[in-house]
Formats: sequence, C-alpha cells, structure tokens
Amino acid sequence: MPAEGRGWAAAEVGGAAERTVPERPGVMAEQELPGLLIMDVGGTHGVQESLAALLKKHFCVITMKELLENKKEMGKKIQSIFVSECRPAIDKELLESLPNLKVIGNSGVGVDHLNLKMISNFGVKVTNTPHAVADSTADMGMALMLASARRLVEGSQIAVSPDTKYFAADWLGVEVTRATLGIIGMGRIGYKVAQRARAFEMKILYHNRNRRSKEEEQAVGACYSEMEDLLQQSDFVMLVVNLTPETEKLIGKKELGLMKHTATLINISRGAVIDQDALVEALQNKTIKAAALDVTYPEPLPRNHPLLKLNNVIITPHIGTATVQATHMMAEEAIANMLSVLKCQPIPSEVFPQ
Amino acid sequence: MMEGEELPGLLVNEVGGMHGILHDHVEFLKKHFCLITMKEFLESEKNLRKKVQAIYLWWHKPVIDKDLLQSLPNLKVIANSGVGMDHLDLKLIASFGVKMANAPRAVSSSTADTGMALLLASARRLVEGYHVAISPGMEYCEADFLGVEVTGATLGIIGMGSIGYKIALRAKAFEMKILYHNRTRRKEQEEQAVGAIYCEKLDDLLCQADFVMVVVSLTPQTHKLIGKREMELMKPTATLVNISRGAVVDQEALVIALRTGVIRAAALDVTYPEPLPRDHPLLKLKNVIITPHLGIKTDKATRMITEEAVENILAALTGLPMPSEVLPS
Repeated sequence: MPAEGRGWAAAEVGGAAERTVPERPGVMAEQELPGLLIMDVGGTHGVQESLAALLKKHFCVITMKELLENKKEMGKKIQSIFVSECRPAIDKELLESLPNLKVIGNSGVGVDHLNLKMISNFGVKVTNTPHAVADSTADMGMALMLASARRLVEGSQIAVSPDTKYFAADWLGVEVTRATLGIIGMGRIGYKVAQRARAFEMKILYHNRNRRSKEEEQAVGACYSEMEDLLQQSDFVMLVVNLTPETEKLIGKKELGLMKHTATLINISRGAVIDQDALVEALQNKTIKAAALDVTYPEPLPRNHPLLKLNNVIITPHIGTATVQATHMMAEEAIANMLSVLKCQPIPSEVFPQ
Repeated sequence: MMEGEELPGLLVNEVGGMHGILHDHVEFLKKHFCLITMKEFLESEKNLRKKVQAIYLWWHKPVIDKDLLQSLPNLKVIANSGVGMDHLDLKLIASFGVKMANAPRAVSSSTADTGMALLLASARRLVEGYHVAISPGMEYCEADFLGVEVTGATLGIIGMGSIGYKIALRAKAFEMKILYHNRTRRKEQEEQAVGAIYCEKLDDLLCQADFVMVVVSLTPQTHKLIGKREMELMKPTATLVNISRGAVVDQEALVIALRTGVIRAAALDVTYPEPLPRDHPLLKLKNVIITPHLGIKTDKATRMITEEAVENILAALTGLPMPSEVLPS
C-alpha cells in the first residue's frame, strides 16, 4: 500500500510528475502523501489519537492550527478534509483557501451540517460513512427504547439516592416484548432496528418514502403503514430518517396528538426532525408518555431548556456511534472514500446536493 | 355475602404499600377468592384461620415460617410471584402437605428484556451520558466519550433456563456470538436456534466473553459463584450483568475489580441486600449501573404473574395438575 500511495501521490501533486531525489526516505514518503485537513488531534474537539494514527498511514495530516499558521503553503497541500462531529466547519472562506481540495470525507452518515451546494460549486466531492454507523446507531435506538420503557435512568437514581429506604412494589415500567414499534425511516439503520426488535417479538410497523421489498418486509415481520396509522397504533415510535427540508419538523403537534397517550417517542435521527416546543407541550400535558432523545436542536440544548427538567425524558449527548469500534470503522470508511476520489476510482458513498 | 363465604380464603401480605399486592389486581383476585390481608388475619386469627386455603406471596411477603404454617390448618397451596424460590424453606412447607408454585411463564420475557436493557445501557454508557447531557455545566460532549460495541460482541450467558434462553434469542438479533454455561446442556436444536455454544467449563466462558450475563437461580451452589477468581478470568474490557440474585456475586470482590480495572463495568438489577446501605461503595463507582430490581416490573408482566398464580392456586384447590408446581430439590 505505501509504495502504491507514493506512486500516485507523486503524479497528482503539482500536476506534472515532479521527480525529486529522495534524501531522507521517511520524510519523502510523508511529503508525497496527499494532505488531509483535520480539526485537531486529541482534546475535546479533536480526532482520537488512534484514529489520527490510522489517517497518517494514508495522508499527510495537517491540523487547523497548522493551516492557520501557514495558510499559503499548507493550503496548497490539502486535497481532502476529514470532518468528524461537524468539525472543522466548512465555510466559503475555508474552501477558497484550499485550491487543491478534492474531497470532504465526513465521519458519520448525516451531512445536514454541510452546505452541499456551496461545496459542489467549488468542484469538491462529499462522502459519508453509511455502513460504519448502522449497527451502533440501531443498538442505540434499542438501548433508548428499553431504557425508557423500563424507566432505567429513573430507577438508577432511586437505587443510589441517599433518601431511598426501600424499593416500592408498585413502581412499574411498560413491557417491550410483544409491544408495537413504529419505525419512521426504514433505511439501513431502520432496518437493523427492525431486525433487533423482532427478537423481542415486537409487532413492527414502518413508514418510508419507498416501500421495501416483500422479502425484506417478511424477513423482519414489518408492515408498511401510512404515517397516521403508524402513529395511532404504535407503543414506541422511533425516528430514523435523514434530516432534509421534507423531514424538518416531521413530528409536530398534529403527529404527537395522533400518538397513543401511553406511547414513547425515540429520536436517533436529528433534533430538527421534531418540533421541540410541541414535544415539550405534549410531554407536559401527557399527550404522550415519554421521550428518549439522542439528538436535539441545538446540541447541546441551552441549560434552561424545559426538556432538561422533565422526568419522562431521557436525553443522551449524541452518542449513537460513540463506540471504540464504530469510530474506527467510520474513519476507515471515510479514508476509503477519500482515497477513491483522489485515485479517480468509483466512490463507494458519495453524497450529492438535492 | 353467601358468595363471599363460599370462595376460598386467599391470604396476602397487604394491598399496595411497600410489599403489597397491586391495587389493580384486587378486583381480579376477588372474583376467585375471599381476600384476607395479614393485618385482618392477625386481628381475628380464630375466625379466619380455617378459611385460608391459599397464600399469594408478593415480593416475598408474607414471610412463611413454622408458626404461620401451623396456624393455617386448611392451607393447601402457596403461590409465589416470580420465579425465584430462595426465600422459601421448600422442605418445611412440603412437610405441612402444602403445595408450592412459581410463575415462570410471566417472568421470562420481562426479565430477559431487563437483562438486555442493562447490557445496552452499560455498553453505551447511557446513564453517564444522560448526566452529561443534562448537567448544568455541560457545554459539549467530549469527543472521547466512548462506549463499547454490542453488535458482534461475545455474550456469555451463565444459566440457560427460560430467561437465559430468551436473552440468547434477543442477543442473536444483535449478531452477538453466544456462549453459555449451564448445569445441563441444552438440546442441539435449541443451541442451533440461537447459535449458542456450550462451555462445559465456566472458565472458558469467562475468558472469552465481552459481556457476562448471570441468569442463575440462587442455590447453595451458586452462592458467590462470581468471585475474585472469576472476575480475574474475565477480560479487562468485559462487562458483568447480574439479573439473578445479589448473592450470586461476591460484592466485595466486585468493588475491587471495578476500582482496579480488572473488569470494565457492571450492571446490577439485584444486590445483597436490596436496597444496599446508602454508604456502600458500589453506589459511588462510575462504572456501575444499579437498578431497583426492575426484573418483571411492568404492567403486563405483573398482571400475567397474578394470572399465573391464580391458575396454579385453583388447580391445587381442585386437585388438578398445577402448571408450575415447585417441588423441594
């Protein structure tokens, strides 16, 4: 792999093949690897050390700090950007400073934080990582559904509270086994949720732009439903859609009103898919029973937001893919996508502006 | 009045409160029985002692001892809510000619769900994450706040009864590799249906599993089954989940193992005692989730338990075979 990398990198950088006599082989190898911009290594906003090491195998990694310190020279080197947890932010100014930028490789599947049209106008491609995120995100959806149904967070607080003297016998949650789950958005992640829920003997309804094939439906025992029917019949409603202009505020006052008052809403998609004010009202008035949200708008919520105070809400800090294994897989998928662009090979997961 | 007198007497601890049967179940019980609380019984023992033909235990109460058994000449059956019978002296009860029943059908799915809920919550650091998300000082979530993957991980189930098996069914959907250890091996078809591999030696399960789930009954053999030695055999990246009984795990050894990184984390739906003393070290460890014996605490499960108990009691009183009779070992 390294030899191959050196070969095509030399051809790409600077246009015509510039043959330079290697004086110190190690240094040459690094210089010939395509430049990759990342936010930082380590720290709160940076890429994990182990992932940075992975990136350094294929790229000459340049941090934002290094770029800002030496814009002209570093700017020319950068052919790709690795975006993780929305960082670095991609704006016009940044794109203008990177004349050789060819691809932005996003870690994660959602690209609603990227202005795809603007990026495309600069002739830059965007890729995401739909495969790496699917299992972890589906697992998170199941974790939130079970935690909410069985009042796990509340329970853990009771278990450790200094005031607890006994566990009340009539303190109950709701059953997950054989309950009805309505999945809104039956893409890769939604389908994996269905596979898992089936093992809990759940009745599965789903709504999607396009209907799945009969075999796919039968394999997980899922029934295609109109939105209204799904909302009215489900004990658990799980949102697994992309954020697009069509899905913004998909779940509002009307939709919440259609849900059972014993139902739970779970969101593992994007905060903006739900009308948060309507959700607060619905939870306060007991229009629905509970909510479990891995995503909000914004993230994090302002500290005085009513959602933080409701005891029938579980909020987690967007950890849908926050596992050691998933973050590695996402980096690997992003690397493969970015390299395919730089090598002019078929791109596994390119994202196009709508 | 006449109807009430003809229904057999069912003794319960109380209605509602700390250890009482659920208010919602009273109407259903009164269809079949004349309901007598312990308070009523103690207040007029002479009148009521002959009426009581059955006892329905809710959460281990009332306590069944020699005195109580001797004071109930017409007692025929004791029905337990739940599956664990470790709080009962089965031999003593049998010596009075009284039959016993538990409620295995109602319990298994809900308890399996609890096990999966704890496994997922621990793996993904859900409770910790919740506290980060709502904390007043929170500005962002650290990029290095990472949990461990469940999909594709290895789950070791210790105790493959009906609850353990239901856990295997659920875990299979997460593409988990399933190892199990049990007193007796399951049938080949049963193993194949969930892709479970039998580990004759518990040690083999312990050193391979990413998640160890304890689903045994509490017996003299399983008391402190998981101690210092067993935890040291586990991977340092592994998680221990206990949904059986607190006493199956050596709690002191667990505290040390969690503090020193011998294992990654633990999730306990059961402890010894319940609840733990408020100054117990387990309450302060970051890598532990403790839940208040969620087990079967759902609306549907509790309802099914009472229905199952009633079925058993009525069978015993009419001399028919009981669906879930428990005999002393």
